[in-house]
Amino acid sequence: MRLTPSTDAIRLAIPALSLTVLLAAVFWLQPRAMSYIGLNLLFNLAVPIALATIAQMLIMSVNDLDLAMGTFVSFVACVTATFLRDDPLVGVLILAGSVAVYAMLGVVIHLRGLPSIVVSLGMSFVWAGLAVLLLPAPGGQAPEWIRSLMTMKPPLAPMAIVASILIAIVAHLIVMRSSLGVLIRGIGGNQRSVERAGWSVLAARAAAYGLAGVFAVLAGIALVGLTTSADANIALRYTLLSIAGVILGGGEFIGGRVSPIGAVIGALTLTLAGSFLSFLRIWPDWQIGAQGAILIIVLALRLLLNRLEYREKRR
Amino acid sequence: MRIVDRLSRAPWIWSWLAAFLVWFATIMVTGGASTLGLSQAALTFAAFSIIVGIGQMFVITLGPGNIDLSIPATMTLAGTVALKLMNVDNAMILPGLATAILIGIGIGLSNYALIKALRIPPIIATLSMSFIIQSAAIWTNRGLRIKPPNFLADFTTSTTLGVPNVSLVALVISVAAWFLLEKTVYGRWISAIGQSMPAARMAGVPVDGTRFVTYVLSAVLASLAGYLLACFSGGAALNMGTEYLLMSIAVVVLGGTAVAGGDSNVPGIWGASLFMFLVVSMLNTYGLGAGIRLIMTGLIIISVIMLAGGRQPGAR
Repeated sequence: MRLTPSTDAIRLAIPALSLTVLLAAVFWLQPRAMSYIGLNLLFNLAVPIALATIAQMLIMSVNDLDLAMGTFVSFVACVTATFLRDDPLVGVLILAGSVAVYAMLGVVIHLRGLPSIVVSLGMSFVWAGLAVLLLPAPGGQAPEWIRSLMTMKPPLAPMAIVASILIAIVAHLIVMRSSLGVLIRGIGGNQRSVERAGWSVLAARAAAYGLAGVFAVLAGIALVGLTTSADANIALRYTLLSIAGVILGGGEFIGGRVSPIGAVIGALTLTLAGSFLSFLRIWPDWQIGAQGAILIIVLALRLLLNRLEYREKRR
Repeated sequence: MRIVDRLSRAPWIWSWLAAFLVWFATIMVTGGASTLGLSQAALTFAAFSIIVGIGQMFVITLGPGNIDLSIPATMTLAGTVALKLMNVDNAMILPGLATAILIGIGIGLSNYALIKALRIPPIIATLSMSFIIQSAAIWTNRGLRIKPPNFLADFTTSTTLGVPNVSLVALVISVAAWFLLEKTVYGRWISAIGQSMPAARMAGVPVDGTRFVTYVLSAVLASLAGYLLACFSGGAALNMGTEYLLMSIAVVVLGGTAVAGGDSNVPGIWGASLFMFLVVSMLNTYGLGAGIRLIMTGLIIISVIMLAGGRQPGAR
């Protein structure tokens, strides 16, 4: 055990620090948020965002980008609020089918050497269309079990926090500790060398996409558990939120450099930024703008810490 | 045979072919009655995607990770502020245009400042920037809908010799962009940076200056498109740029520009923009519902990229 922190630890320290600073600011503005219920309210919507961020991270770890994340989560939400409740078997089949479609996209993108941005752009229209067909107007109802799961009140920490930690651990085990995870990140790092080492890049990419599909499906289900009903446009902003979450968490667009724990922290930071702004009583016109400013500040902080790290290394 | 061979290797041919097929399929249904109307509408609506698409193309050419997500917000802000300034007064048209362009320059400047000074990935930098711009637009707009000056409203909605004026504007910009890309050293520079930034730097290409100019160019084209679109649609609306986020990316890539950067082409953007509009109007003509229409649009985009793609195996 060395005492000097590894690069991975530094990578994680920065998002963790920005989350802590933001949380401290929220508590300072509104001390009553420092309670079980307060924390639950603050982080409630973080669970689906964290799941979607992990899904996006899996895609980004093979150097691709999914622009259909938001519409796909919306589609899943619509399925959950209709089929999964009224006819669980059909619902499960549809969701399993959509995960298979995701895995297949990975295969197609790999075999034809297609740009993932365009394929996912096209798929975003497809998912949006399917969602509109399912629920032309906002409606549907969440299945009882998911509703009770999401509103559960575990001891010690609120559900939102427990779920986020659980997601981070599971994603960490899959992406950082399993051999499949190493393989997936290896593709992002150097596809050719993974190929030369005798692994099937095709299978690994399909697995990455399939896993991403699974996490995105969970995101949609969790979202409906919180909102109780669904709408074809319910999660459109998740596309950009999930990308921002991965980057805030220390991930990178290329090179297979991702961090699942960081991604969950990034998602929590983004959720908290919204609450922070409403506590600040900022002018409603500038709410969105301030969210952009927070993103910039957090990333500037990251640059600052990276510089410090660099200086340490040169010493 | 050689011509066919050469044509089939031109990256832009697929989008043109697809646009033509869809155009033909739509006309067949209506029995040729709407040929002129459809073509004019397609040219008009495609013009806006072409203008923003060219800006996006320059940015994407810079290489992986370079993308401008602030285009929709820039369009909205430029349209809103320009219309407010002109205030239905024909004499204020040029100051309005100048303001729109200045806004574009300002946004491009701030975008690149974030990318360079804070080393934020361009996607996130332009995304954060777009939040701030969007807020500024909400703040200036205040839900008002100011009409454009009469002359501009007429200009953007009428035709010259049967060709819509906005598409003529798009044509002038496209020719300029093509010239910039193919005939000037700046065009060589952005391609060089897109192919390999370290190599370009070693070769003495002013990497920062070139990237800076490119982001400014993209923002200026977006604000110009916003200005024209606001005049065309009889007033600026806060959501008027929304659909151009995905549209600008789609037309660039469907048009045959490499997503990995370093290889761009202008004619493809025309084919792809026409195609994107024609697909929607074809599906409308067939009387399909919104859901089916979206699904078909998506499937058609994917099939076009599958037919045209696979040119560079291993590319992202």
